[in-house]
This record gives sequence, C-alpha cells and structure tokens, in this order.
Amino acid sequence: MKIVENMKIITQKEIAKNIFQLVLQGDLVQKITGPGQFVHLKTGEGTDPLLRRPISICEYSREKNQMTLIYRAQGRGTILLSKKRQGEYINVLGPLGNGFPVHDLDEGKQVLITGGGIGVPPLYELSKQLFSKGIRVTHVLGFQSESTAFLYEEFRKMGDTFVATDDGSMGIKGFVTDVIVQENIPFDRLYACGPVSMLKTLAEKYPEKEVYISLEERMSCGIGACFACVKKTVNKADEKGYRKICSDGPVFAAGEVIL
Amino acid sequence: MSKMHVSLPGLELRNPVMPASGCFGFGREFAEFYDLSILGAIMIKATTVEPRFGNPVPRVAETPSGMLNAIGLQNPGLKKVMEEELPWLSRFDVPIIANIAGSTIEDYVEVAREISKAPNVYALELNISCPNVKQGGIAFGTVPEVAKEVTKRVKEVSEVPVYVKLSPNVTDIREMAKAVENGGADGITMINTLTGMRIDIKTEKPVIANVTGGLSGPAIKPIALRMVYEVSQTVKIPIIGMGGIMTAEDVIEFFYAGADAVAVGTANLIDPMACPKIIRDLEALLDEMDIDHISELTGRSWKNEKTRYHCP
Repeated sequence: MKIVENMKIITQKEIAKNIFQLVLQGDLVQKITGPGQFVHLKTGEGTDPLLRRPISICEYSREKNQMTLIYRAQGRGTILLSKKRQGEYINVLGPLGNGFPVHDLDEGKQVLITGGGIGVPPLYELSKQLFSKGIRVTHVLGFQSESTAFLYEEFRKMGDTFVATDDGSMGIKGFVTDVIVQENIPFDRLYACGPVSMLKTLAEKYPEKEVYISLEERMSCGIGACFACVKKTVNKADEKGYRKICSDGPVFAAGEVIL
Repeated sequence: MSKMHVSLPGLELRNPVMPASGCFGFGREFAEFYDLSILGAIMIKATTVEPRFGNPVPRVAETPSGMLNAIGLQNPGLKKVMEEELPWLSRFDVPIIANIAGSTIEDYVEVAREISKAPNVYALELNISCPNVKQGGIAFGTVPEVAKEVTKRVKEVSEVPVYVKLSPNVTDIREMAKAVENGGADGITMINTLTGMRIDIKTEKPVIANVTGGLSGPAIKPIALRMVYEVSQTVKIPIIGMGGIMTAEDVIEFFYAGADAVAVGTANLIDPMACPKIIRDLEALLDEMDIDHISELTGRSWKNEKTRYHCP
C-alpha cells in the first residue's frame, strides 16, 4: 500500500562526488514489499520545483523504521534535496512500483548483479536479501571514475565484487560487460540497473539466462495515472501493448519491453 | 442544501471540485488513496474510438511552477472504456464527465453516441483542444466555425449535456466560447494546456520527444483566470474553470473570475490526496468567509458592487 508521509531525515552525507546518502525514518518503511521499489520525493516547499523526484530505495530496515536512499545531485530538484539537513522532514510518496523477484530463486542458483552509476543503489538491498538467503552472488559495478564510486566495500561483504570505470581509475578500464567476459563469471540469473545502453547490451548478450532489468524514465505522478513513463512491449500480441515503468515496473524481465 | 452543492446542466455536484481529464486516468490509482465518492465529479481520461498508444517518451518535463506533457491521448479505446472502466467507476457515487477526442468529426460523433449511453456518464467534455496530437484535435479548438460544427454534431447524438473544453492557444478565446455556445454547448470547461517547449542544454534538442507539449500547473493560473474572466462575461452557459489550481484559495479565485465549478489537474500528479484536501479546505474557507453558498461567489470580480458586498 502506498502512502504520503513527512519522513524525518536521520542523516544525509555526500559519500562520493555529487552522490548523497540520505537516511529517512517513518512508517512508509513498513509498506515496502521488496528490493527495487522506489519513492517519490518533494524536494522543496511551494510550487517550484513542482514535480516529485523518483529515487530508488537502496536499503531498508523495518526494525529501525528507516530506509536509505542514494542519489546523484545533478538537477535543480536533487541539488535542493542535497541541502536538506538532519532533523528536517521530506514529503515522500511511496513505496512505488514492483521490485526484483527474489522469492522464486532456488538456493543453488548463481546470481550476477550488475549496476552502472546511479543505477547501483537499488541493487544493494537486493544483494543483502539474496546473501541472507544463502544465494551466491557476484557483483559487477560500473562507475565513471573512482571519485564517483560508492558502496564497493559494502557489496564486497556479500560476494565477489568487480569494478569497471570509464577512465580506469578503479578496477578495469572499460564497461561492466567487459568484466563479465574477462572474468568469465558464471551465472543463472542476472539483475541489472543502470544506463539503458548497458541494460540493452546485457539483455542482448544473454538471451538464454534469466535477466531482470530496472528502468527509469521521466515521471510525473509515479502511481500509473498520467501515462508519462510508458514503454511498448516486445510482444506485439500483448493485450495492452505497453507497460508503465512506475507502476508495472520499474523492474521487468528482459524482453518484456522495448528498450 | 450544502453550501458546496452546485447544479450544472446534467450535473448535481456535492461540491464544485473534480479532477481534470488526463490527470486522473480512470480513477483506479487514486481509489487506493481515498473514496472517490467524495468528489464533485470525475473527468475521465480522453477516450477515442480506437485504442491509442500515444507519443514517444520523454513525455513530460518540469518547468518553473509548471510542467509540460505530451502524452498523446493514450487510452484503451471506446470499447474498453465502456466495458471495463465505466462499470468499474460505477461503484462510486459520483457523476462521470466523459472526455472525448478524435481526429475527425465522425470520431467525436461515434464516441459521443456510445459513451453518453453509459449509466454513470452525466455529461460529455468535448476535447477540441489537445495540443499534442498532430491530426485534428487542436484545429477543432482554434477555428470557431469548426468548433461550432463539431459541437452541433455531437449535441445531435449525445444523450447527456455537452461541455466543450477550450484551448488557450487562440488569439481571442471569447470568439471560441461564443462559437461553441452557438453550436449548442451546455457548458464550457477551460482552459486546456498552453503549447510550450523546453530544450536540453547538453543535447541541444527538445526535452519532450514530441518537441512541444502542453504547459500546466500554477504557472498558467493567471492566464486561466484572465480567460475565465473574459469568457464568463461573454457567454451565458456555465464554466468549469481550471488551470493550476492547487489550493482552496485558488478555487475561490476561479469563482470570483466567473467559474461555476472547478477542475484540479496537475495537483493530482504531485499529491494523490490533492482533491480531498482542497475540498476539505474549501468547506472550512467558506465557513470562515461566512458564505451561505459557493455559487454566490461566481463572477464577483466583475459583477456590480452591490452584489460584491451583498451580505446575507
């Protein structure tokens, strides 16, 4: 169930260049159903900025009634958000969307988690939950450079973690797809979130595997009413012929929608 | 009778606040947040004869105190709306105003004839002002003779009163209003969005895939108010005013300008609870203002001084 709540800022800090980690507390956390869901935040008071900003949930704890968001401050809304301080409140709508499927995974399966840039955060809770189920997880994370990289140590606690950077300042120089080939990483299922080009490459490269991807798009309502974030289905015979990223996704099986 | 109750052609509204077409889908998403029966009415998403997918993404962009959209009338088509959406909405005690759109006059006539038969549709809203579809649409909303003709033809087949939604993208909106009144319109809804655009300074290209989109939100409220002010002094038929309404105070402003009821659009996309909040605040505000009935407020900005200071 979705709610609108003023959530309290427990901490906010810059953990990499322009990358902020925000911990919020409130009852909305109790409504989260799994990793990969997102929330829709008001970044300021009044009517400018007008629209909410969709941000994925990076980690949550029902016991503490807290969730962690990691976002990049790059536009007017997210820069305003980054200036909010501990003790202030943020108006949050959520939890929204459907997360990554985790319950259908058998114990013996090998999982590869691949994230690019600001697509990395929702994969963290996913990895934590898979790890606690005893599933073997390997991570491949892509960043622009070492200065914008984050969560590397945290992911390492859950399994082998490889990094690719555009400039080679951390891990290998190149793309996450290069790492998967180079390291010859075996997997049955792949979860990915990041730039569309990365998701497209992964989906095309591993048609025989179970691949789940998390998408983003410019949104307004976040609840499926406005039809702003629509993708066509691959299957032309599909009854609706489209999916809404906010309410049908943001996670889809590769091959469900046209990227 | 409640001070919020409003009577309009075909419509007995428990309060004058309704969600605007295109900002509320067919109500399903909002029913998760509140009982839709508290609304004055619901203007459902524009319905066309055939299903429409709409425009490529990005379909929305933020602007100062506003937003641009170019959804492109995505909807499941007349058949699905008749068989699934309207029956689903019938669980709520709320009149439906069916927004209808098309590329030809025949399209409008076909949708009007069928959808006006639905038991919970109490009025039609003729969408002759969508700025985001290339064929027809806007032409119906910018040429007075064409607007009059489509209104007339729809009136001939509709079993319920017909409201016409006016476009602000014209030189003189009063001419359009007069034309649809002469065509037999029972009421006017106004305004639709203003055509605008944004350009990405990195890519040098328009942000919206459709290039242009319709501007909505608080940014357009002054324009909407000016136009309601003008039109309400030009025609005799009632006006459902809209354009950037976010608060109960905004509702009062639209009434003073000349509106008989209001619709809330973009606010629903920011806060799913926008309509219930505005309704609750409006009732409290009327009490505070010591107003017997909200209809007393209509046109006070231009009606004579006596009316203006009339105290019960």
